[in-house]
Amino acid sequence: MARFHSPEALESYRKGLLTDRDPNKPCIGLCTGSACQASGSLKVAERIEAELEKQGLKGRVNFRKTGCHGFCERGPMVVIQPEEIAYFQLQPEDVPEILTRTFQEKTIAEKYLYTDPQSGERLVRESEIPFYKFQQRLVFGSNGNIDPKNIDDYLALGGYSALTKALFRMTPEEVLEEVKKSHLRGRGGGGFPTGRKWEESRRAPGEIKYVIVNADEGDPGAYMDRSLLEGNPHSVLEGLIIGAYAVGAQEGFVYVRQEYPLAVENINLAIEQARAYGFLGKDILGSGFDFEVKVHRGAGAFVCGESSALMTALEGRAGEPRPKYIHTAVKGLWDRPSVLNNVETWANVPLIINNGADWFARIGTDRSKGTKIFSLVGKIAHTGLVEVPMGVTLRDIIFKIGGGIPGGKKFKAVQTGGPSGGCLPESLLDLPVGFDELTQAGSMMGSGGMIVMDEDTCMVDVARYFLDFLTDESCGKCVPCREGMRQMLKILTRITQGHGKEGDIERLEELAEVTGEASLCALGRSAPNPLLSTLRYFREEYEAHIREKRCPALSCKALIAYYIDPEKCQACQICFRKCPVMAIDGGKNRIHIIDQDKCTKCGTCFEVCPDRFKAVRKISGQPLPPPLPEEARVIVRGAGKKAQTIE
Amino acid sequence: MSPIQLQIDGRTVHTEAGATVLAAAQKAGISIPTLCHHEKLEPYGACRICTVEVESGGRTRLVAACLYPVEEGLVVRTRSPKVDKIRKVILELLLAHAPDAPALQALAEEYGADRNRYEKEASFCIHCGLCVRYCAEVKKLNAVGFIDRGMRREISFVPEIASQVCWNCKECFPLCPTSALQAAYVLVEGLLGSTRGGNPE
Repeated sequence: MARFHSPEALESYRKGLLTDRDPNKPCIGLCTGSACQASGSLKVAERIEAELEKQGLKGRVNFRKTGCHGFCERGPMVVIQPEEIAYFQLQPEDVPEILTRTFQEKTIAEKYLYTDPQSGERLVRESEIPFYKFQQRLVFGSNGNIDPKNIDDYLALGGYSALTKALFRMTPEEVLEEVKKSHLRGRGGGGFPTGRKWEESRRAPGEIKYVIVNADEGDPGAYMDRSLLEGNPHSVLEGLIIGAYAVGAQEGFVYVRQEYPLAVENINLAIEQARAYGFLGKDILGSGFDFEVKVHRGAGAFVCGESSALMTALEGRAGEPRPKYIHTAVKGLWDRPSVLNNVETWANVPLIINNGADWFARIGTDRSKGTKIFSLVGKIAHTGLVEVPMGVTLRDIIFKIGGGIPGGKKFKAVQTGGPSGGCLPESLLDLPVGFDELTQAGSMMGSGGMIVMDEDTCMVDVARYFLDFLTDESCGKCVPCREGMRQMLKILTRITQGHGKEGDIERLEELAEVTGEASLCALGRSAPNPLLSTLRYFREEYEAHIREKRCPALSCKALIAYYIDPEKCQACQICFRKCPVMAIDGGKNRIHIIDQDKCTKCGTCFEVCPDRFKAVRKISGQPLPPPLPEEARVIVRGAGKKAQTIE
Repeated sequence: MSPIQLQIDGRTVHTEAGATVLAAAQKAGISIPTLCHHEKLEPYGACRICTVEVESGGRTRLVAACLYPVEEGLVVRTRSPKVDKIRKVILELLLAHAPDAPALQALAEEYGADRNRYEKEASFCIHCGLCVRYCAEVKKLNAVGFIDRGMRREISFVPEIASQVCWNCKECFPLCPTSALQAAYVLVEGLLGSTRGGNPE
């Protein structure tokens, strides 16, 4: 590999790359992001390689192992260019047929296409599929066209041209102004204006300054930063180098979770390749600007995603937050000015430099510019990563892109912003997604987690779950966070176990207020959000638990009982046989009865009772009907009153 | 350092730049309660009992007085319904650990905190960190430290170090507001009893 000593050298290399690459030559792009790898995409990759050889397609068809395409629900997936044919849920044994159909017969392997659930129509092109059609994938879109282990793929798509532009056609101040003008806000949680943060650091006294990538993504169910770092590490790196130039930093760090092995591997490789090409190190591209990056692997504490805790951990100490009355942009890592931005924020920077602040500021809403990647999970038909312009409504994300709630269930709530975000009800589905809109509704943008919940979800239990997560992940240093959450969790646990009492809601509100206002860092200050938002929108569920000992969602085990409706039971004996604790008293032609003392409420009987009977139900908050007397339990088949068609 | 003028509870106070609100208040004879603060130690900001209201640039905020640096024209309120409520709840949370600690009882009386408001906890420790920080910062011995995090965080002596140095020091004992520390040490002593090569005089 050659080190470029001037922007011209880079451009002529890029020209060579593009000349060598025929855009009409077929290319199979297989998703090998972590999610697709988990569903076996590496085995599919092996098979593709072998089959290309076998079918003599090796020279005619390119094969690329790319990063995450986002539609994780349907992985492993491939997109075949230039026609953009998308095949889903592939297994190794499907590969021969796909290659034969697509390349030998020049047709489409229909059965692997996406089928629209409404129309039943099979859609060929990736961009026609509703999941993709309604997205605007500015940051995430290149993932599917890049082998993250090959810097040339990034260069072929114009990679590092923003860096050249910044270094040779702009002063650091101009770069800073451009980012400020774009109104880019931090994608990691708080939504702080990125340009202002940079400016504060640039103006702060001190020769040594740092820029840091926060890739300590820890929200349950969220993985947009992982996928970006895995799938397009150079975009993050390019943003970081540009940021360093604007701020006046010569050293940078990527703080990435140890639990993201592929992201760690790919960013390390990217740094190595960038260094070899002269995008890192001394005198970058002959500009005179020096910059180096180190990767630091986080040891797995959620709180280290908080900027000051991250910096403390980077210094080699236990990751505990420190007060930020003086911003970390002024006094951060080793007390020096340090700009810390989230992975996605950095990845936006090259786009802004290349296309200009005005272009960027045209996307999104008044106060939230650009796009945002969300991790759409939970009770949703299309689990995956979606990128949409700010201002799109929750309804569009969940129903148009996400395909709605599976299993014919009803939507109940969506939690945005990770464990310290809030749960928003159906009445807020038309809320445009933006930093301030979400905060006003009692939730937050956070880093972009979006957990969809259906009617079977108990909102009290959701609040309990997230507090349980946060009590575990709090560093435990300050009293309101450690002790406030400890007591909130105790009360919530008690309520879900049927031991709630009058005054609990008031106690919870008081604790939430103090934890939210007096805690040292953002973890504690935002921790009450799930509790407060569920109290705000689902207060009646709390009251039902406390006053009637009833769980309206029929979810809290301690408050429900399984009951077999004698009018519906046909003594088919399925539940009788499947009950793991033999709590069902049944037998041939005897209406089954659940022994409540033995029942562990595992729900097996409820699951296995045939749909045509639907005899098992959950009861909460009311006494169980008395068991049938023995003589009334006999089912007389044929002529009798209980006659049913059962073999 | 240039002098700074600020207002605390309606009184004009002069202090040096770089000082904290707590230091400025103490200098002016205005009392702000503290639990984790110690003049020989770096400010820590963990107990949050010193929370006060500050007003600057038209914005009111709740901050920890032991950490917040003074600034020209800053307006500080050491008592307000909000501040008092925060202190009351913090005290009630700590009283769940150490209901009989004199330091907490005195404050509880002032702020109307109910020692029985929250379910009792087994440990007396309120995690003020005075022992841990004193041992690290003043004695430079690190014989006692925090282990684990979140709700499970607790103080613990490092047996290898404690068995060598603690017997002759014990300077942290009087710092502990709830005598939890002594209990922890006795426990370590007990565990090390048979093997410790120390010198119980």
